Amino acid sequence: MLVFFKSGWRDICAALKKYDLAGVLGWQDIRQRYRRSTLGPFWITISMGVLIVALGTIFGNLFGTPMKEFLPFLTLGLILWTFISTVLNEACTGFTVAESIIKQISLPLFTHILRVLWRNMVIFAHNIVIFPLVLLIFWLPLQPIALLFIPGFVLLMLNLSWMSLILGVFCSRFRDLAQIVGNLLQVFFYLTPIIWMPQLLPKRFNLLLLDTNPFFHLIEIVRAPLLGTSPSALNWQFGIVLALIGWSITIPFYGRFRSRIAYWL
Amino acid sequence: MTHILMDNVCVDFPIYNTTGRSLKNRIMQAATGSFMGSNEQGHVVVRALQNIFLELSEGDRLGVVGHNGAGKSTLLRVISGVYEPTSGSIKVKGRITNLIDIHIGMDGELTGIENIYLRGALLGFKRAWISKKVNDIVEFAGIGDFIDMPLRTYSTGMQLRLAFSIATIQPPDILVMDEWLTVGDADFQEKAQHRLKEIVDKSSILVIATHSPALVEKVCNRTIRLERGALMST
Repeated sequence: MLVFFKSGWRDICAALKKYDLAGVLGWQDIRQRYRRSTLGPFWITISMGVLIVALGTIFGNLFGTPMKEFLPFLTLGLILWTFISTVLNEACTGFTVAESIIKQISLPLFTHILRVLWRNMVIFAHNIVIFPLVLLIFWLPLQPIALLFIPGFVLLMLNLSWMSLILGVFCSRFRDLAQIVGNLLQVFFYLTPIIWMPQLLPKRFNLLLLDTNPFFHLIEIVRAPLLGTSPSALNWQFGIVLALIGWSITIPFYGRFRSRIAYWL
Repeated sequence: MTHILMDNVCVDFPIYNTTGRSLKNRIMQAATGSFMGSNEQGHVVVRALQNIFLELSEGDRLGVVGHNGAGKSTLLRVISGVYEPTSGSIKVKGRITNLIDIHIGMDGELTGIENIYLRGALLGFKRAWISKKVNDIVEFAGIGDFIDMPLRTYSTGMQLRLAFSIATIQPPDILVMDEWLTVGDADFQEKAQHRLKEIVDKSSILVIATHSPALVEKVCNRTIRLERGALMST
C-alpha cells in the first residue's frame, strides 16, 4: 500500500513541478480549437450568454422568482456546472487522447490530467466575464464576502483533480465508462440546484437532494460568496472531507495502476 | 554518470477485445458467476520481451537487431521509460531523447514558432531556453518566412525539417533511435546527417534499432540480437 502511495505521489509531484508543460499543452488545445475564428474562445462566452438569457427568462417566469435574484444565481450555477461537467467528461479521455504522446515520451502521467484542468480553467475564465455584466445590469453590488470564493474555488479544484485522475485511469481501461459518466452528470445537472433555487424545494427533500449531493456543496462554496451570502458550515465540511477521502484513495490507486496506463492505451 | 541497467526485464502486453474493454460486461460476468472463465477469454497476453539483462554505460553505442516483431521497438520504449517492465527492473540515469517519432506532439493548426515551443516543452526544455534557440532552429530548418504560418501549410519535407531541427537542438545523455534518420532534399540531408552525427557523438549512450548491418558496422560498438523478445547474443 505504502509503495503504491509513494509511486502515485511521486508522479503527481513530478507533474506539478512541470506545471509549465501542462500549461503549454492546455493553451495549445485552446489555440487549436479557436484558431480559425475571429472571436476565439469568446464564442463560448457568447453561447453561454445566450443560454443564460434563454433559460433565465423561461425558468425565472416559471418559478415566479424575481429576475434580480434568479439571473445571477443561474449565471454562476450554469458557468460552474459547465466547468465541472466538462472537466469530468474530458478527464475520461484525458489519457486516451494523449495516447501518441504517452507511448513515445516518458512524462509524469498526471500532466495529462493537469492539461485538462488547465484548459477548462482558461475557458471558465472566459465564461465568468458574464457574471459582472449581470451584476451591472441589475445594479447589484459585489459584497466583500465575495472574496471567499477564492478558497472555495481552490477546494473545488482539489476535488475535481482527484475525480479527474481516478476517472482518467478507469476510463483508459474500461472504455464504456465515459458514457456512463456522461449520463450520470446529466442526471446530476437536474438534481443539483443550478436552474432551480434550493428555497423552492419542500424542506423534507433537503436531506435527499442537497445534503448528500457532492456537487451541490462544491458549487455552493464558490457560488454563495459571489452572491453575497456565506456558504454553510456543512458545505465547507463536505468539500474538505471529500477532498481528503478522495485524495487518500486516489493516490495509492493511481500509484498501483499508473504504470499500466501505457499498456491499456 | 550516464548509465542503463536492465535486470531480468519482461514485458507482457494485454490484448483486450471489446468484451474485456467493457465495464458493463465485466460486471455482468461477475454477477452471473462466470468471472474466471470469461476473464481468460477476454484477456490475451503477448510476451514482447523476456528476461532481458542489459547494462550500458558511457561510450556504449548499442545496435539492436532482429526481425520485425522481435521486440526492438518495445525495448526502445522500455529504455525511454514509456513502458514500465511487467516484471524485473530498469534503472536509467541521464536525460533521454528518443527520435523514434520526431513529429510527436506537433500540431498542424499552430504556427512554426508555436510548434517549436510546444515540441521543445515536450522534449523537456524550459521556455526561456527555447527562446534563445528559436533563431538557430528556424535557420537550420531553412523554413524562412513560413515559420509564422500554420504547420499544415508546410510541405511534408518542410514539416520534417522543422521537426528534425527541434529534436536535435541539444544532444541528450542517452539517444534512442529507430533506424538512422534521413530527412529532406539532398541539400538538407547533408546538413542533417552532419547534425545527427554530431549529437550522436556528443551523447554518452546511443541505442539504435536497425535492420542494416552496414549501419551497425559504422556507428555501433556493441550489438544485441532479439528473437521473439529474448536476447540472443551480446
